[in-house]
Amino acid sequence: MSDDSNLLSVKDLSIDFLQEKTAVRAVDQVSFDVKKGEVLGIVGESGSGKSVTVTSILKLLPENARYTEGSISFKSEELLSMKEKQLRKLRGNEISMIFQDPMTSLNPVFTVENQLVEAIRLHAKLSRKKARQEAIRLLQIVGIQEPEKRIKLYPHEFSGGMRQRVMIAMAISSSPSLLIADEPTTALDVTVQKQIIDLLKELQQKINTSIIFITHDLEVVADLADRLLIMYGGQIVESGPAKTIFANPLHPYTRLLIEAIPHGNKKSGRLPTIEGNVPSLSEIPQDVCRFKERIPWIPDQAHEINPKLREVEPEHFVRCTCYKHFWMKEAHEKK
Amino acid sequence: MKVNRLLKYTAKRIVDLIPTLFLVAVIIFMITRMIPGDPASTMLGPQASVKEINNLREQMGLNEPKLHQFIEYLKDLVHLNVGYSYVYKRPVVDLIMERFPNTIILTLFALVISLVVGVTAGIISAVKKGTWWDYVFTILSLVGVSVPVFWLGIMLVLFFSVELGWFPSTGMGDISLGFSDYFSHLILPGVTLATIPMATFSRITRSSMLEVLEQNYIKTAKAKGLQARWIICKHALKNAMTPILTVLGMQVSSMLGGAVLTETIYSWPGMGRLIVDAINKRDFVVVQGTVLFLALLFVLVNLAIDLLYKVVNPKISLGKVAK
Ligand SMILES: Nc1ncnc2c1ncn2[C@@H]1O[C@H](COP(=O)(O)OP(=O)(O)OP(=O)(O)O)[C@@H](O)[C@H]1O
Ligand SMILES: [Mg+2]
Repeated sequence: MSDDSNLLSVKDLSIDFLQEKTAVRAVDQVSFDVKKGEVLGIVGESGSGKSVTVTSILKLLPENARYTEGSISFKSEELLSMKEKQLRKLRGNEISMIFQDPMTSLNPVFTVENQLVEAIRLHAKLSRKKARQEAIRLLQIVGIQEPEKRIKLYPHEFSGGMRQRVMIAMAISSSPSLLIADEPTTALDVTVQKQIIDLLKELQQKINTSIIFITHDLEVVADLADRLLIMYGGQIVESGPAKTIFANPLHPYTRLLIEAIPHGNKKSGRLPTIEGNVPSLSEIPQDVCRFKERIPWIPDQAHEINPKLREVEPEHFVRCTCYKHFWMKEAHEKK
Repeated sequence: MKVNRLLKYTAKRIVDLIPTLFLVAVIIFMITRMIPGDPASTMLGPQASVKEINNLREQMGLNEPKLHQFIEYLKDLVHLNVGYSYVYKRPVVDLIMERFPNTIILTLFALVISLVVGVTAGIISAVKKGTWWDYVFTILSLVGVSVPVFWLGIMLVLFFSVELGWFPSTGMGDISLGFSDYFSHLILPGVTLATIPMATFSRITRSSMLEVLEQNYIKTAKAKGLQARWIICKHALKNAMTPILTVLGMQVSSMLGGAVLTETIYSWPGMGRLIVDAINKRDFVVVQGTVLFLALLFVLVNLAIDLLYKVVNPKISLGKVAK
């Protein structure tokens, strides 16, 4: 069932990490598509497997990672069986990635110019001088003031927000068809966060790039993403068009995430968070609802054994039966 | 502007060296006076009469009180005069200038082999971590740092000169006899002197590279679509340089010292031999001069390394280096 409008199609992808003698599953049977010009938001708490999922697309996972099953096809070509040489042609060219931590993602011993020009010249046959002009233009686009002067600086002379802008400039230098942004704003303060998101939105409209945007804050993708993937414990627990999910969130996890979004009118001082922690990979229950322990007030019978993703309305998928029986603990407990 | 600051910093550091060198001068003066045996009688041999010996002592200034001798020595130093050798009947400066190039050639040659081979082996070990390449290099470098230089020198001579006859076992080549004569004399002492630094460079490069290869900017470089080889040689190596430089500084210093041993094994006419001969002949003036000269070299090497840090790592400011 190959659909031409799909730029990227991930099918039943499972990824294990080998640790000493055991293997732990970080990504479990994940499937999703990204269409041309579309923004896919991937949301989940820390450790839910978001970075591993998207890093696997460029095959940049560390050596102890194993692609146990599934397929990743980009423009109808299978990436998992692709040779390193071909992959290199895609990396930074067709598919670009902005990493989670802007503070450490740039090489500290080379100037911004050096690193930007390197990226530009790798995929376009430009003279050093032309590439430098292009680099300055890109820095201007991503909103760096006085780019001619700043381009000569080293990364440590830039703030976190500026470094992330440099990363974005680098990522868009080849006008990629797919831009993967892994929590591009998490390390930054709120105002910079908003600027970066606006910038990505603008770029997406200008060059019609598809974007995979990762965050653990649903609010951030609320007006950016066309479709959403909610991940928990390495699995997708809910997916569908963003509008549908915001209008009708089903999975308890999604509902708690939405509940956690602070609303402008009722600032309660502290952000509401979901109680409990994401279980570590080795202690994740395999054949029951992984979210079960986080909602202990829901009776066991509400969950199913080996929970499956079900399409409950067109394009809207949700895992486990527990969503039918879910109620908010806070509402119930209000004294 | 930056060059200016660099020059100022260098000038300040050089001025700072004076107390260090003064201290070295004091210590080496005291140590040479503690060596048992009298220079004059050593020079004149067992047949000399007491009178002859006493005359020479008078001439050499050895009959003056120690403190007076020391003050004279310092006075000469201030005038950049390191003294006159009665044994060689020549100014010490001439002796140093004659021998020093030989030591530098040997040390530089050994340094180049040890850096090239050591760093390359370290990079390969790191990149191919856990493969047999890595194991072989790790074992070799463990052996390399622990093998006694003297023993290694003798083994190399036994095998390559005595057994195979490939390389001469002693002396320095003559460039007028052609490059190959010169080079073949350099090989064995060079390799002997290079062994420990080579192994050390290999180990430090491996561990430094392993750490750097884990960093996020390496992932960024891969995500750009760069070739692995380029990532290693450009992005990783320059970052891995700082610890390598630290070790380089220590190794150059100890190689200058290690040259004493190597030069003795191979009768290499360098500074090391000069010192050993001077000690045997109780030629204090030469010992003082050469040791002080080596000390100067040590501190200059360390200064150069500090400046190199700045080149390799833009985050290091000159002020921080000073501390
Ligand atoms: N190299 C590795 N070896 C072993 N386990 C790993 C490795 N990398 C990631 N993991 C595990 O995979 C799981 C998913 O990690 P991932 O980085 O994808 O989370 P994430 O959703 O991106 O979280 P965050 O919001 O903190 O970035 C985590 O439990 C993590 O411990
Ligand atoms: Mg992550």
